[in-house]
Amino acid sequence: MKTDDLISLLASGVTPVDRRAPAKRFSVAVLAGLLGALLLVVALKGVRPDLGQVMATPIFWAKIAFPLCLMIGTLGMVMRLARPGATSGPGKILVVAAVTAVWIGAIFVLMATAPDGRVAVILGDTWRVCALNITLLSIPGFIAVFWALRGLAPTNLMRSGACGGLLAGSMATIAYSLHCPEMQIPFWAVWYLLGMLVPTILGALLGRRWLRW
Amino acid sequence: MERTTDNDALRSRELHLQALFLSGLDGDERAYRRFLSELSGHLRGFLRSRLLQRPGEIEDLLQEVLLAVHNARQTYQADQPLTAWVFAIARYKLIDFFRGRSRHDMLNDSLDDAAELFAEPHLEPAQASRDLGKLLEQLPERQRLPIVRVKLEGLSVTEAAQTTGLSESAVKIGIHRGLKALALRVRGAR
Repeated sequence: MKTDDLISLLASGVTPVDRRAPAKRFSVAVLAGLLGALLLVVALKGVRPDLGQVMATPIFWAKIAFPLCLMIGTLGMVMRLARPGATSGPGKILVVAAVTAVWIGAIFVLMATAPDGRVAVILGDTWRVCALNITLLSIPGFIAVFWALRGLAPTNLMRSGACGGLLAGSMATIAYSLHCPEMQIPFWAVWYLLGMLVPTILGALLGRRWLRW
Repeated sequence: MERTTDNDALRSRELHLQALFLSGLDGDERAYRRFLSELSGHLRGFLRSRLLQRPGEIEDLLQEVLLAVHNARQTYQADQPLTAWVFAIARYKLIDFFRGRSRHDMLNDSLDDAAELFAEPHLEPAQASRDLGKLLEQLPERQRLPIVRVKLEGLSVTEAAQTTGLSESAVKIGIHRGLKALALRVRGAR
């Protein structure tokens, strides 16, 4: 086929393009990822019995705010990375700020704790399962975000995959907060972050293969 | 002084191509056809300077980039320079192309200068070595038929739906998915 014939083929009968299609795709992906993680947490882990009481405490909302900031930041980044020629944009400021804030909070709490109590504060009661659970809960979001990205045109596959993975991980962490009994900032700073890093790294590795177009 | 004139020329080309492309996105077939054909001249010139060692593959890669531009067109935002958007696609395809080759062929010069893209066009097409028509025939019926009816025979979506027995939305989806599948086959065939 000659190039002119290809041009003719591509141009013939073009229909108007929906400019909001990428935003719609990501709305669907985020909705699916959050709902999927919520269903999994309710079905597999169960909501913590004292949820009603802790919801009245500010620390519970601080715990949700951490992954929520990461979710908003990475969503902004990934939506930009899905377009050729765009940088990841201001979203990363929010991501860096959220992680920094949690780490500063963790250091303050640890300094206020007696030295022999510090390890217990970091490990909590559930450190063995936390990162694993978050990784597990991120699976629906991971699939949904990769579906959204595959329909668009990311040109930096590793970075897009990593951002997509972190987005899935942060949605999973929001859902996991409804189950997880840990209320210590140092615990979140280590294990929540680790749980979100697993899908991030997986996303970076799989992105190179799955997002190729 | 000359530099200013150059920049002015690039700027007006950018605006001209962007206007055509945006009309194309709104469904203006004539504007879109003109956009693609003017763009192919610029892309050919750009790819020629990048594929000095492999002149035989310029036209193949050009067709691949055009197909990619078409398939990615929903990701363009009007506030973004068109040059940057097209350049990112061409650069991606070029790097992907070289990745499948030996290290020896890797790009020696940097691929960072988007302004170069809309420099003087090169209008003389070469012979493509890969036949897109053959790859098109390999697509499954539900994708191939809508493309053949609408894109090659020039029927409207409604007419194509009647002759193929598919619904109108199935025809549109068939074209959309078919062109994406075609791009994957093109990549696999190089």
